[in-house]
Amino acid sequence: MSDAVAPLLSLEDVHVTVGSAPILRGVSLALGPGEALALAGPNGAGKTTLLRAATGVAPLARGRVCLGGTPLDQLAPRARARCLAVVPQDIALVFPFTVAELVLMGRAPHLPRLGFETRDDVAAARAAMERVGVEHLADRSVLEISGGERQLVLFARALAQAAQVLLLDEPTAHLDLQHRLRLLDQVQQFVAAGGSALVVSHDLGLAARSCGRAALLAEGRLVAEGDPAEVFAPSRLREVFRVEAELLSTADGAPVIVARRPAVGDPDVPDPAIR
Amino acid sequence: MNAMTPRRVALGVLAFGGLLVVVVVFALASGPSAVALGDVVSALRGEPVAAHVEDIVMRVRLPRVMLGVAVGAALAVAGVLFQALLRNPLADPFVLGVSGGAALGGMLVLSLGAGFGLGYAAVPPAAFAGALLATLLLYAVAGARGRLSPTQLLLTGVVFNAFASAAIVFLASMAGFTEGASLFLWLIGSLAVPRPEIIGWVFGFLGVGLLVAMLAARSLDLLTLGEESAAQLGVDVQRLQRVVLLATSVMVGAAVSAAGLIGFVGLIVPHLLRLVIGPDHRLLVPSAALAGAAFLVLCDTLARSLPGGRELPVGAVTAVAGGPFFLWLLRRAQGLGSRA
Repeated sequence: MSDAVAPLLSLEDVHVTVGSAPILRGVSLALGPGEALALAGPNGAGKTTLLRAATGVAPLARGRVCLGGTPLDQLAPRARARCLAVVPQDIALVFPFTVAELVLMGRAPHLPRLGFETRDDVAAARAAMERVGVEHLADRSVLEISGGERQLVLFARALAQAAQVLLLDEPTAHLDLQHRLRLLDQVQQFVAAGGSALVVSHDLGLAARSCGRAALLAEGRLVAEGDPAEVFAPSRLREVFRVEAELLSTADGAPVIVARRPAVGDPDVPDPAIR
Repeated sequence: MNAMTPRRVALGVLAFGGLLVVVVVFALASGPSAVALGDVVSALRGEPVAAHVEDIVMRVRLPRVMLGVAVGAALAVAGVLFQALLRNPLADPFVLGVSGGAALGGMLVLSLGAGFGLGYAAVPPAAFAGALLATLLLYAVAGARGRLSPTQLLLTGVVFNAFASAAIVFLASMAGFTEGASLFLWLIGSLAVPRPEIIGWVFGFLGVGLLVAMLAARSLDLLTLGEESAAQLGVDVQRLQRVVLLATSVMVGAAVSAAGLIGFVGLIVPHLLRLVIGPDHRLLVPSAALAGAAFLVLCDTLARSLPGGRELPVGAVTAVAGGPFFLWLLRRAQGLGSRA
């Protein structure tokens, strides 16, 4: 990112405490237009909390989050939602909205306060469903579709929101191979069009292939950030995930990360022989 | 793909409004002494009809039917709002104990208010306060997370209802109105004694609550996705919750102060409507008001048309219909829960 371009999303020394436990301990990162960042880390490292802090849902103990240079707490909720869209891992739905109705809800921050969706809103929602490939589900109840389908529909909702910043929490967790590729391809297109995306994922290889940058979060701190091949280097994965991993590459140069076994000599991991 | 449009809302209002008109005319014609439908319509339009017909339709039945309209609308819309706020299709002002809180507030004024110079007109505000306190109690039990499991929700309501009923009986016997009618009204719910001095309150409270519900309709759709999702779609969640809780308390207070503890209207009507018109609150809220009114007027017509001139409190009719309905819903909700 050149210094001349203001970041669309920036976290500055963000601390978040839940109860008395510090979850994030001073995280700083910035995402400019056209950038995608893959964020990885062990379970409990604070990845989801980082996303919640970035959307203003988790209160900050210290530090600040800015959207387009404006601190989050100075933006009205609707203005915030026009700048930043979230694809959650999943949501618990109670009422039988149709898929189309759920995607249309992404347009809510763009409507006048008492408004109804216009033709343009409907067109935006339909285009989002087609890009993700869920248009055939449009009239199905969201209570009846599968977890993977729901994840795609939530992604379509976020695209319909037409925000510049997209935050995705394990977006491929429930998806089959084809839909993983399709979703990440859409993220790349979104970024190519000038947006910023932050992708939290456990699938390091996929994340490394689809994002230009990567970051590793461990115990509430960023321990590495930069080129995916460097961030996901075996020595670092050993340190953070306590596994012996190999970084391979396919014939076309795409990175592949293979975890071989728990790190040797790690007192926390029992010897496989006695398990 | 069908987006909600003002046209669809208008069509829904026309359809359910038409249904309500038909039910009201039918209710005015029904009862121990039958009146021809034509005479009812003539009386309503101010055309000359026989004196006893005008008495029956305009002075005996009309106030009761109008009260049924206001109370049914208030209870159904309050049910819709509670279901969205708590993200639980089993929520209903009666089941949650909020109606019990309102009744307790009203009974406090009735039994002790005379000492402070408070008359019957002070009952609606007291019932509103009681409903609000019961709602806040529910949220306090829910804790910081703000979401009770269906079981916790129901248990809280059951316990609070038992407490409120006992306190109402205690207050009533202390104040000496043990002779049936008024106590019966508070505990079972009845439209039999429309009190002219509070009809204005009831419609006023209903109007305020309905207006708030309509203005909040789209935000309520988003809130059903969860507080975080709603916030990420631009909803000021805390403000919405506060305003809507006030609106529900206002409506429940109005309904209970006029008609006592009528249960299950807020459960049955919204659920059946969602099956027919879907869950979008921009259509659901006005439809629930009109259909809730029609439903309660119909139940009351049934309650006062029993053979032999006997009359049931309408709360007994809604409970007979609502009890099994509630069990069916509970079973269905559990089925959904285990699948998720």
